[in-house]
Amino acid sequence: MLAYAIRRLGQSFFVLVVMSFLVFLGVFAIGNPIELLVNPQADEAERLRATVALGLDKPILEQYAIFLGHAAKGDLGRSFVFNVPAIQLILEKLPATIELALAAMVISVGLGIPLGLIAGLKPHSLVGRSIMALSIVGFSLPTFWVGLVLIMLFSVHLGWLPSNGRGETVMLLGIPVSFLTWDGLMHLAMPALNLALFKLSLLVRLTRAGTREAVLQDYVKFARAKGLGPGRVIGVHVLKNILVPIVTVIGLELGSLIGFAIVTESIFAWPGSGKLLIDSINLLDRPVIVAYLMVIVVLFIAINFAVDVLYSMLDPRVRLGSSSAAH
Amino acid sequence: MSAPLLEVDGLRMHFFTKAGVVKAVDDVSFRLERGKILGLVGESGSGKSMTGYSILGLVDAPGRIVAGRIALNGRDLTRLDEAAWRGLRGNRVAMIFQDPMMTLNPVLRIDTQMVEAVRAHHDVSREQALDRCREVLGRVGIASPDERLRAYPHQFSGGMRQRVAIAIALLNKPDLIIADEPTTALDVTIQGQILFEMQNLCRESGTGLIWITHDLSVVAGLADDVCVMYAGRVVESGSVDEILDRPLHPYTRGLLESVPSRNERGRPLRQIAGMTPSLLRLGEACAFRDRCSQAQPDCAAAPASSVPSAGRTLRCLHPASP
Ligand SMILES: Nc1ncnc2c1ncn2[C@@H]1O[C@H](COP(=O)(O)OP(=O)(O)OP(=O)(O)O)[C@@H](O)[C@H]1O
Ligand code: SF4
Ligand SMILES: [Mg+2]
Repeated sequence: MLAYAIRRLGQSFFVLVVMSFLVFLGVFAIGNPIELLVNPQADEAERLRATVALGLDKPILEQYAIFLGHAAKGDLGRSFVFNVPAIQLILEKLPATIELALAAMVISVGLGIPLGLIAGLKPHSLVGRSIMALSIVGFSLPTFWVGLVLIMLFSVHLGWLPSNGRGETVMLLGIPVSFLTWDGLMHLAMPALNLALFKLSLLVRLTRAGTREAVLQDYVKFARAKGLGPGRVIGVHVLKNILVPIVTVIGLELGSLIGFAIVTESIFAWPGSGKLLIDSINLLDRPVIVAYLMVIVVLFIAINFAVDVLYSMLDPRVRLGSSSAAH
Repeated sequence: MSAPLLEVDGLRMHFFTKAGVVKAVDDVSFRLERGKILGLVGESGSGKSMTGYSILGLVDAPGRIVAGRIALNGRDLTRLDEAAWRGLRGNRVAMIFQDPMMTLNPVLRIDTQMVEAVRAHHDVSREQALDRCREVLGRVGIASPDERLRAYPHQFSGGMRQRVAIAIALLNKPDLIIADEPTTALDVTIQGQILFEMQNLCRESGTGLIWITHDLSVVAGLADDVCVMYAGRVVESGSVDEILDRPLHPYTRGLLESVPSRNERGRPLRQIAGMTPSLLRLGEACAFRDRCSQAQPDCAAAPASSVPSAGRTLRCLHPASP
């Protein structure tokens, strides 16, 4: 296990370096930030001074080397625009995004697995068919459109839910959160549902497919032949078997929820890191873009590691560190 | 004299599919005394497993028991509700399946899978249940049960897994065990051992055993009585010696001729020509008619069950003379 963790760490480090280089190149391709940062009326000398001050006069590889050197010391650069450490900007905004993503995940899992189980156990019933039809709808409607419809319905028409911002927050372990106040919860409900819709549909289908396959297996019949009730047969024998693919998807999707909540954050003016990323791209605030993507990569790596550990706990046939698990 | 352990009478279990009614079990009757072994023999699709599932109340839609009586210790099970069935399953009637690789849940430890079987029927602590598990594991010949209990199925060989499945069946000291081809997937040595042990276990404890197989030679050394099934019906039944020595039904004869035997070495094995008919298209005629060498025009009317001699039944209009 320890050897496995160390090897994983090495691999992760490698991924990080490669990613940082690609991100660095990509950011260069977007455009030269000097055009946006310096007063358009400024003369050539002033522009040059700003370019040198930001280190943008050096060749790209040298800039990258300097970036790596600083990154090794935990410094991901300062925002060109706000002149504060980029990482600080991100860490200020990230909790709101993580809260939104986790809330969406709780909705997806909390609804998706039970609905998928029902649809899988009674695939031909009216309920089963309806669940499937809804999941197809949830799959195919674009997120921004659903977001707008939600606002039209619940904010404009019914006036039940607020349509923008985080609402009232309280501090939990030094981090502001919305879900612990009623006002915050009301603000969280719609964006979380909007963000959850796609994952919810995905989980319904995944759970349904797994359930339909599992109930045909001999071990389910054997469990019933032991005289176990349906709760135990489905809740333990079936569910534990279909949990492996579900956990994988949850893990991967959690990363993407955090990294790409941008559309939902924009629609509901949710003050998270997705909005920060959009703003930074508009202002060509290179250090913030790079730092943001680095943070997301680290998050993905961490989630993947957690998923692999969960795997080995769920499925005894998976052994961490064996060649099949260590790719 | 008290009622026999199991009495199945006129059992019909049909599947109501879109394509039509599949009569998987069609008027099956037999009885089994305590401590006795009944062999249920027939080729694939003849309805052996479905007969077994019917006795356990494990028939799934679109299948349904449409007629007949299944009396366990004199009590008719077909009238039970689901909760009462559940109280019986794994408790008074246990079942063992064919493929030991598939019957144990791959992601649950052996102790979980055994303890739950005890606690489904007895209000005991986990420790007490574990004691019982160790005891039965010992009885089916599994050494160091404590270590085995903490393992997962994939850490066992096929033969070991089937022993565990048998141990699970024995946990609650059932009156009846239905073994659905439990040795088919195992190699011959292990098969022999398990047959021998099951025989002893049932004789000792007075448990009745229904042994489902497509292999008459397995039944020969094991069972007291035999039912030969064909297309959902019992075409011939009787004591194992009678059936093997004096088979009357052309299908039983065909089965016997396709079993390799020592004194006929070198002679090509005979096969029963043709295939099992589709259960959907069974008309009134004898289901074996298309494959039968004895068939006569009057076989177009379904042969009723007759009693050629005491303790035997037969469904054939023109049986081979013994
Ligand atoms: N869900 C179902 N719908 C329709 N027909 C079914 C269904 N399940 C089983 N049958 C039919 O029931 C018949 C009896 O099946 P059963 O499993 O009892 O055969 P078997 O004698 O146990 O054969 P095998 O040796 O292959 O296990 C088969 O012909 C099969 O086609
Ligand atoms: S009833 Fe006729 S067709 Fe059927 S087995 Fe007997 S002889 Fe053959
Ligand atoms: Mg079968």
